[in-house]
Amino acid sequence: MAYPAGYKYTKEHEWISIDGETGTVGITDYAQNSLGDIVFVDLPKVGDTLKAHAVFGSVESVKAVSDLYTPVSGTVLEINEALTSAPETINTDANNTWLVKLELTDATELDSLLSSTEYDTFISEETGH
Amino acid sequence: MAETTSQPTPIESAIHAVKDAVAGLRKTALNLVHRGHKATMVDFGGWDMPVSYAGLIAEHMAVRTGVGLFDVSHMGDIQLRGPGSLAAVNQLCMNDASKLQVGQAHYSAMLYPDGTFVDDVVVHKLSENDYLIVINAGTREKDVQWVRKQIGHMGGVHVNDFSDFYTQLAIQGPKAEETLQKLTDVDLSEIKNYWFKWGKVCGLYNVMIARTGYTGEDGFEIYIPSDEPTSGRVWGEVLAAGEEFGIMPCGLGARNTLRLEAAMALYGHEISDTINVFEAGLGRYAKLDKPSFVGREALLEIQDAGGPKRKLVGLEMIERGIGRDGYPVFSVSGEKIGEITSGSPAPFLKKNIALAYVPVEHSGVDGVVAVEIRGQMVKAKIVATPFYKRPKKLV
Repeated sequence: MAYPAGYKYTKEHEWISIDGETGTVGITDYAQNSLGDIVFVDLPKVGDTLKAHAVFGSVESVKAVSDLYTPVSGTVLEINEALTSAPETINTDANNTWLVKLELTDATELDSLLSSTEYDTFISEETGH
Repeated sequence: MAETTSQPTPIESAIHAVKDAVAGLRKTALNLVHRGHKATMVDFGGWDMPVSYAGLIAEHMAVRTGVGLFDVSHMGDIQLRGPGSLAAVNQLCMNDASKLQVGQAHYSAMLYPDGTFVDDVVVHKLSENDYLIVINAGTREKDVQWVRKQIGHMGGVHVNDFSDFYTQLAIQGPKAEETLQKLTDVDLSEIKNYWFKWGKVCGLYNVMIARTGYTGEDGFEIYIPSDEPTSGRVWGEVLAAGEEFGIMPCGLGARNTLRLEAAMALYGHEISDTINVFEAGLGRYAKLDKPSFVGREALLEIQDAGGPKRKLVGLEMIERGIGRDGYPVFSVSGEKIGEITSGSPAPFLKKNIALAYVPVEHSGVDGVVAVEIRGQMVKAKIVATPFYKRPKKLV
């Protein structure tokens, strides 16, 4: 299971990729795999202000609901509308299926997130594998 | 991508065994086979069981359109045997076992004296004076204790707990008959729904083959010896036989969504020790004309008092959202009226459905209610159940 090296990760299994002042957020392959078939995504509205570590939405599989946590504070620039009709895209390609794009409030918050190696280690410890 | 059918290494198996022993989890004889399929495992009522293999939706669809294979060995089996066995079954269970012929089974339930559920069961008449009661996994010990307590004073009946003697496999779906027929000399087309026969399956003699299941689909449940080599071999042979029909091993996740589409009750959800038979809509299985059974007086009283106050109904979400187990249900005027007992996306129907208890005055079909989903009120409509009914066979 590969976690792109250029991304940063949360312990709640979100990834964020950075391009200038814009952060793109998705969930990790580990998260999609644990959830199983994703059938529903609830996302914030464009313009909403999100606080780091706060819940910004949810993803649901057939069997479970999982809250989405904001990796770093920001304002919602764009949401992935395509997920409303095709949420299963997350299962197919979690690394490249984004949920929201944020304008970052404070880029230094990124420093507290995990690198891909740290996240990989964290998962290994979680699952005991 | 890892090889999906590889067996775990001995070290992996040993690690799993130690972890599970520490967690106190029980396992079926197929536990290592499930792990070999890389199933996602879950603690289900103290049992380490597969929740899904390739994916819940694919497994669900395999059963609706082709065939699926389930390990349901965690289910329990109580045998009542002896000249007093019919009287015992009829005292313990609400349905009338005197109506059963040898080779026939029926849905029934064991009740508490107040008309609520000890468990729902399937009673099989093996021969005169010999009955097999198939019970739920999570209630096994409770059920066996209950049976012994209730009929301990009755003569001529011997109670055997055969729960650990069988590996129980469910082969379910429109292609179940064709799949299993390759492995047995019994003419399966002669077994009617809720009947069973004995015959040779995968070279094993005297295997019970019942046309029963918990998916709303046609299918069979077979009872084979519970040793690991035999269980693993039969599992593999069923998968091979069903390959041309796209058979999939199916976990408890699909089992739950399949039974929910068919609006079949699950113990601890639609039925429990706080829900009575009439509320659950299972009154047709309670034979009140029998002179006696545990719970009968309470059911008569409820009936005399005008029936139940609340009723189990089917809900279909009409606004965007998924109602799930335990979510509260409100009237359109905002008054809390009930709770969802099971709710999920329905993979075949492609709707979000639920079962819920609501007061009788709110239970009319087409009535609109609201489900509170994480703080939001989401509208749902009351619909007739079952949500899904399998197409009738032409022949």
